[in-house]
Amino acid sequence: MSQNTMNLKLKIWRQKRASTPGKMVDYTLNGVNPEMSFLEMMDVLNQQLIEGGEEPVAFDHDCREGICGMCSMFINGRAHGPMTGTTTCQLHMRHFNDGDTITIEPWRSAAFPVIKDLSVDRSSFDRIIQAGGYVSVNTGAAPDANALPIPKENADAAFDAATCIGCGACVATCKNASAMLFVSAKVSQLALLPQGAPERQERALRMVEQMDKEGFGNCTNTGACEVECPKGISIENIARMNREFLKASLVKKKKKAGMAAS
Amino acid sequence: MAQNASYGLLKSSIGKKVFMALTGLFLCLFLVGHLAGNLQLFISGQPGQIQFNKYAEFMTTNPAVKILSYVTYFSILFHVFDGLALTLKNRKARPQRYHYKKDSANSIWSSRNMGVLGTVILVFIVLHMSNFWFKMHFGDIGVDAEGRKDLYTVVAASFEQLWYVAIYAISMVAIGFHLWHGFASGFQSLGLNHSAYTPLIQGFGKVFAVVVPLGFAIIPIYMYLT
Repeated sequence: MSQNTMNLKLKIWRQKRASTPGKMVDYTLNGVNPEMSFLEMMDVLNQQLIEGGEEPVAFDHDCREGICGMCSMFINGRAHGPMTGTTTCQLHMRHFNDGDTITIEPWRSAAFPVIKDLSVDRSSFDRIIQAGGYVSVNTGAAPDANALPIPKENADAAFDAATCIGCGACVATCKNASAMLFVSAKVSQLALLPQGAPERQERALRMVEQMDKEGFGNCTNTGACEVECPKGISIENIARMNREFLKASLVKKKKKAGMAAS
Repeated sequence: MAQNASYGLLKSSIGKKVFMALTGLFLCLFLVGHLAGNLQLFISGQPGQIQFNKYAEFMTTNPAVKILSYVTYFSILFHVFDGLALTLKNRKARPQRYHYKKDSANSIWSSRNMGVLGTVILVFIVLHMSNFWFKMHFGDIGVDAEGRKDLYTVVAASFEQLWYVAIYAISMVAIGFHLWHGFASGFQSLGLNHSAYTPLIQGFGKVFAVVVPLGFAIIPIYMYLT
């Protein structure tokens, strides 16, 4: 079977470490198989760099099957490249043409500092989860089926929100580097279910506060995040987070240090 | 969870957006009232002059209108400074910009340029108020046949100049684009998003964004041509 291979020009952000300035560097990569995934193409480039005695390009990846959220990369001006509903590992070279120039940059956000090249530190997301993205009630052993009635619509909406893989594409594509789609998905998946109810108000307040502290921008409702989200998470979740936060801000009783809520 | 869940509404990103929405949507209501008043400028000749000056006197003396006008000034200023604070925070959130970012693939132009459009509108408001509002309140303008301040003649004289008409028309285009995104966006910021009514809000917002600025723009053009 004869295979038409592709010759590509790559413009890639190279940065030695967080403290040093980076720059775009041009590379030529020939003989790329269109059936390769984008990350496999990067592997081939790195092999070429290693053989030439150069430092390979650092990039994040893990499962390579679109579920872990580890791979990032801003490809040709879009998070995870030109396709919608995919992560970079699920993007294939057949969506590019022979002779193309491909621009590859890291996620750019003050809250996602570059570690090296295309690899960024997304631990700000972890700190937001730590601030309230959990339930601390003892949920006990597995209950009997249907012992805890949950409307189908709520279960579906909670599950849709829970498909967020925390990849950061929403932040990367947002003109304000806002994390509201991510945070709203995490607020929603718990706010919609009875298990999340006891800490519902405090959760919204604390997660939003942490989001702001991390230096993410504000939402302008451009809707870019839901277009680029590999899991298709809707900005309806942002509206829900706004409601949750607004309600909690207006009615939540303040606690005094060392005292229970009155 | 830990104590002190008293994160302030005004300090927060979402709170700032809520105030942006509340002031913005109030200003949408203001636009409707303002346009309704302006429609009296379609009455030509002396009856138009008398009618419009009567209306101008009412708008500057009626206590209820006065209260509303203070709410309007406050809303404009709050919308400006809140918007500025949000924009500065957003700039800081991405210190290193992308070399190439294809924004058109996922969002509309007006949604990404609310700050620029808002600045154009603010410049227009300053110009507009210094020309009519300032003259009506503090300027030395003549009186009409019934002895009222003759704002009508000031307006008519302004709109005899083509460049003036052009500035007004262009400013209304900026308001149109601002509303094209802003109207529906305000409801989203307030947390009002539901498949039952959001399409209606979005549809109405787009009609509003075309009809209201068009209504404002037609008046100076009409006065210039007649």
